[in-house]
Amino acid sequence: MDLHVLWFGLLGVLLTGYAVLDGFDLGVGILHPFVRGDRERRLVLNSIGPLWDGNEVWLVTFGGALFSAFPEAYATVLSGFYLPVIVVLLSLIGRAISIEFRGKSHSKFWRGYWDFSFFLSSLTATLVFGVALGNVVGGIALSPQGHYVGGLAGLFQPFALAVGLLAVAGAAMHAALYLQLKLEGELRRTVERWAWRAFFAFVALNLVVAAIALRSVPHLLVNFERWPVIWVMPVLVVLALANIPRSLVRERPWQAFASSCASIAGLTFLAAAALYPNLVVSSSSAPSLDIWRAASSESTLRLMAIIAMIGMPLVAAYTITVYWVFRGKVKLDEHSY
Amino acid sequence: MDLDLVELSRAQFALTVMFHYLFPPLSIGLGLLMVIMEGLFLRTGDPQYAVMTRFWTRIFAANFAVGVATGIAMEFQFGTNWAAYSRFVGDVFGSALAAEGIFAFFLESGFLAVLVFGWDRVGPRMHFFSTVMVFLGSTFSAVWIVIANSWQHTPAGYRLVEHEGVLRAEITDFWAMVFNPSSMHRLGHVLLGSFILGAFFVMSISAWYLLHRRHEAFARKSFAVALVVGALASWGELVSGHSQARALAHNQPAKLAAFEGHFVTADHGTEMWLFGWPNVDEQRVDYGLAIPKMLSFLVYDDFERPVTALDRFPARDRPPVVVPFVSYHVMVGLGMLFIGMTSLALVLWWRGRLFSQRWLLWAFVVAVLGPYLANQAGWVSAEVGRQPWVVYGLLRTSDAVSAMVPPEQVLISIIAFGVLYLALLAVWLYVINEKIRRGPQEPESLGAAPSGPGESLVGAAAGAGVGRGGHSYTETE
Repeated sequence: MDLHVLWFGLLGVLLTGYAVLDGFDLGVGILHPFVRGDRERRLVLNSIGPLWDGNEVWLVTFGGALFSAFPEAYATVLSGFYLPVIVVLLSLIGRAISIEFRGKSHSKFWRGYWDFSFFLSSLTATLVFGVALGNVVGGIALSPQGHYVGGLAGLFQPFALAVGLLAVAGAAMHAALYLQLKLEGELRRTVERWAWRAFFAFVALNLVVAAIALRSVPHLLVNFERWPVIWVMPVLVVLALANIPRSLVRERPWQAFASSCASIAGLTFLAAAALYPNLVVSSSSAPSLDIWRAASSESTLRLMAIIAMIGMPLVAAYTITVYWVFRGKVKLDEHSY
Repeated sequence: MDLDLVELSRAQFALTVMFHYLFPPLSIGLGLLMVIMEGLFLRTGDPQYAVMTRFWTRIFAANFAVGVATGIAMEFQFGTNWAAYSRFVGDVFGSALAAEGIFAFFLESGFLAVLVFGWDRVGPRMHFFSTVMVFLGSTFSAVWIVIANSWQHTPAGYRLVEHEGVLRAEITDFWAMVFNPSSMHRLGHVLLGSFILGAFFVMSISAWYLLHRRHEAFARKSFAVALVVGALASWGELVSGHSQARALAHNQPAKLAAFEGHFVTADHGTEMWLFGWPNVDEQRVDYGLAIPKMLSFLVYDDFERPVTALDRFPARDRPPVVVPFVSYHVMVGLGMLFIGMTSLALVLWWRGRLFSQRWLLWAFVVAVLGPYLANQAGWVSAEVGRQPWVVYGLLRTSDAVSAMVPPEQVLISIIAFGVLYLALLAVWLYVINEKIRRGPQEPESLGAAPSGPGESLVGAAAGAGVGRGGHSYTETE
């Protein structure tokens, strides 16, 4: 197997893992200010308490893997999207601190401040992730050397902005469905109502993104013409999405959450399928940055594949262990945030 | 305004990496102490050790969170500000970073959840296992990042290849890259420096409790464990530093010359400056005191063999001298102080008089600043001493930046990081201060702690400080 393709796939797995796992904890941050009452807010926050940090490691590992496997893409995207990346970094720092420090004082001002910062940083990070993905897939102005030359203004494209909003709605829906599993009583009924609203927003934005894509980003369909079998994926995404209201009505929260995971994973896969074999699509006359041009040497890709083969089962083992230890409804105790 | 992209990017990296490095060494050092304390609890069954583990774990958790958050920024900053560097080293540096992510970070963050939140959810042995794994994870993290950084100082196991019209480094021998000439020396030095910080941190807070006659049994035991670790690590750091300096004379002679303020190569043994101020214009050290021929002896075991000075390097390859000289001497001086303090404390402890020496306890309260400063000073020496290279002998710092990024945007990012970090530091100090003020639980309350739905014992009010709000910065008892 071509190692370049393998690494494209592995990065896709890491990104999907990140979207599915950190998706719900970013979403919890977006929903958090709508929760009334301090005890309720703590319950919501502690539903991700032991998990958010591990979820974020998927992003860190994605970053490291991108750096080592495709340094050209890593350098182009991060230096090209300079200020947005800085905003994401500041948001991730602010988010971690808000979660960690919110509970350290009983002062109303203190908690109000961290609640606001938790919400804002979660929202900003999700939005910018979406916009960045939209730009990479939709195409940006590259120089012949593969450097980004479009400037800050070049990132505000309708397609990218729509993907950003889609990410926010998706995270909110994913989080509401997750919270359903972790909460009880009145609070659980409240998040169920939010799940419905976020679901409709998510579906609507999916249609908007699809419409813009069909109208103004034709290159996204090239791979679908080459390999028509990929059309199975959008169909599966639609089925997974349709299963969410069905499971909600039948009161099967696990199925609803699983369907949400499947739809987010499916959308990430769709983005990757449209992108392949590029990593950054060029909207100028210069060629796109593809998985051969952007890659490290063959021997490094092979070495990294060995590291991944040893590491991935370990990662799966830790992740399952932690989710197992912290299964069930949230309970506040002396160790909670 | 005329903004220099390279200098701004360097300033931004210095700000973010130095701020980040306030936290990981404490995580590593405190992690080791927690492993020892919890191990002692499992061995002896003494509930005081369980109290100790729990208290230090709380401080560890707050520290760890800030370390992780500021570390994420570091990982992406290679790409944002140093795109040319990233393209040059991605093949080599990236693999170490990816290995760090997959082996270290997942291990740490996974078991951290069990360590902090899992007291009532897993058995004591599984909990101890988690503590060990978190410590190992943070150590692995140091291993990989120090390997990657050391490769920048002493590149090995690579070749230069043209890719897309630009030269870049590619790995030819992974293990030669991992065990490059400076990596193990530097790793040992970094880890011991972290253990010293962990030990002095615990000793500082314990001494504070002893001076205020609070939690005395807890404080004595914590102090004793930390003292033993601190003394061993301080002596070990001397050995490590010595061997590192000898390797430096061979690997990066210009850097050693900058550390020592050694401008002109002589034909006899080289002196060692105990202190002074390098005068670059006049090529000499002012206001200083030197031991003749000492540097030659320390480096070569030979009083007469001259050490290479800066004059043997072309002017454009010479590092700056003032910053490395000062930071290096601060680090070494502090290292000697740690050896002196811990050795004295050990002797007094042996004679059973340690905890009545109030002046020494006060000295230990303040001394925690020393290892913080020494860790920073050591890295400043290492990194500024490597200039003008970002990868020694291969890539100049000035060629490594993201040339496409407008300098104004870098300035904006410096201001934004600066403001956020100042606020963060203030909050961190406040939170740590609150935890110290509240203090550990008493051992007898531990057995009675509710393990079920402890809704009444709301979070922050845990343990001894139930119901005591206390939001004042000034109220430090």
